[in-house]
Amino acid sequence: MIKRLLAVWHARNLEFVRDRNTLIFTLVVPIALVVGMSFVFSGPERPLFKVGVLSTHSAAAQHPFLHERYVEFVPVTDRADAIYKVGRHQLDLLFAPQSPAHYWVNADSPKGYIVEKLLLSEDHTAVREPVTGTAVRYVDWLFPGVLGMNMMFSCLFGVGYVVLRYRKSGFLKRLHATPLTPFEFLSAQVLSRLTLVLFVTVILYCGVGPIIHFHARGSIVLVGLIAILGALSMIALGLTIAARFSSEELVGGALNLMTWPMMLLSGIWYSLEGSPRWVQLLAQIFPLTHMLNAARAVMIDGAGISQVAADLAYLALTAVAFLAFGAWSFRWQVD
Amino acid sequence: MSEPLLEVRELRKSYAAVTAVDGVSFAVRSGTCFGLLGPNGAGKTTTIEIMEGILAATSGEVRYRGEPLGRRSREESGILFQKTALQDFLTVRQSLTMFRHLYASGHSVDELVRMSSLEKLQQRDTRKLSGGQQQRLLLAIALANDPSVLFLDEPTTGLDPQARRNFWELVQSIKASRKTIILTTHYMEEAELLCDEIAIMDGGRIIAQGGPQELLRKHFAEVLLELPKQEFPAGARELPLRLFEAGERVEITTDDLDGTLRVLMDARVPLTNLRIRPPNLEDLFLELTGKELRA
Repeated sequence: MIKRLLAVWHARNLEFVRDRNTLIFTLVVPIALVVGMSFVFSGPERPLFKVGVLSTHSAAAQHPFLHERYVEFVPVTDRADAIYKVGRHQLDLLFAPQSPAHYWVNADSPKGYIVEKLLLSEDHTAVREPVTGTAVRYVDWLFPGVLGMNMMFSCLFGVGYVVLRYRKSGFLKRLHATPLTPFEFLSAQVLSRLTLVLFVTVILYCGVGPIIHFHARGSIVLVGLIAILGALSMIALGLTIAARFSSEELVGGALNLMTWPMMLLSGIWYSLEGSPRWVQLLAQIFPLTHMLNAARAVMIDGAGISQVAADLAYLALTAVAFLAFGAWSFRWQVD
Repeated sequence: MSEPLLEVRELRKSYAAVTAVDGVSFAVRSGTCFGLLGPNGAGKTTTIEIMEGILAATSGEVRYRGEPLGRRSREESGILFQKTALQDFLTVRQSLTMFRHLYASGHSVDELVRMSSLEKLQQRDTRKLSGGQQQRLLLAIALANDPSVLFLDEPTTGLDPQARRNFWELVQSIKASRKTIILTTHYMEEAELLCDEIAIMDGGRIIAQGGPQELLRKHFAEVLLELPKQEFPAGARELPLRLFEAGERVEITTDDLDGTLRVLMDARVPLTNLRIRPPNLEDLFLELTGKELRA
């Protein structure tokens, strides 16, 4: 048994080592992840809470709450804007340390609840102020993020692996023998996946929305347009990876390399408010960031098309660019 | 004589460590069946895939109706690859419909079903077809655009004898409609039955070309004698005869049957299991290369 096991083990190792693209990628991905994570998570302990501080007086810095660990204190100057961010879960609490101290917290924010307890344990005289405007429940803020995440996985993996399977099985070679062009083939894949993704998203929206009592404030047509452009961009991104490779490990690794940064940095679970500037800039590269920004603006704040035009333009441009690159680099078979 | 539909000129295809096709030239006349014959690795599939426009040649060219390969050749070609997978979960009819829609013109799906005897299999999942049924479907797909030229790359490899004969009948009916067929095979019987002209390939080169009977006449003098190898004395191998070893047989070709038999009897070679027959393409290949075709 051991002999047979070793024979298969050895053959599999040879297969892996001789597939140079996969080998290089397998080595590059963890290095890139380690380097990236060391940048993101280097320095002192990561804060758990984000608190906006409304003061520039140095005396205010003596307030004991400002010395709490695991709380990131972000200086803010525009009170109205900061209160708005508390309402949208971009800040867990807004704190004005002048005597007596005042604070604003979103009653529907789990993190806000805990950080309020921390504040009151240090200063029980702090005065709670109401959050002006409509405070957004966390689930309302999270809902577009979860829908977006589901779309991202379906778009990237659904297309990437299907094209890879077609190539490996020889089906692409058979299509190559017809007048079908790469652009036509790829466009058909994009449209097929788009139909499926939109169908599933509508089902989730209609099914889960009423359960969590979610009500979109903006135009549902505009939300649909955002979903279409976002899905197109991410499907086309998946095609750029599947365009020419025939190794599952390589394609799987490349798709993971794309999805993980989006999972962490596109604002699915939490806001990047207070993160280093370069992290926020990096997040702007990802289509998912723009899709979620636009979707939240429309669904939660009732924004119109002019307010999300920049995000829509970015999604449309990246969709065209990725599709063009995919068609250019596409190979029907490995020569 | 009809004009060449396809012309292959000094075709060469090299990979990093091997030259798969090494300066191949030939022409295929319209309405004929042209066979590329040779053992595995001879360069048949590489040659035919360059002719189909699937592979790029390292040098040389292929011309279709006097023009370089392009959209016209693709529109007018039907191809059956050695190995092809179809989309999962589709029925026979759905697969045919999909491929039919990729072409501007061609047979209707009903015609394709009838031509390939797939009437009873139309609603079957393509993954549940037998080898012979699968090849019939792939042939129907190759005929979807009513092609002028049909490429068949080892179409019956792996089929059982009955399925193979059924497939030959289909190809003969297509041939009867004056379509040009390019066929690669390592089955002699298939080549003799279907091909008007053959090119025998070995090591990426064409080593003989012509009509099957013409080639046999050119290379063989009438008869071939077969004897079991184990009954053939080692000393008799030095006899002044044209001797070849073919598996478990020793083959002798001769135009002087009486004289050859006399030489064998004088050398006390047992003739109990002697078989005399006309030579075939397999013998021709052995004669030309010293190798068996299906080795």
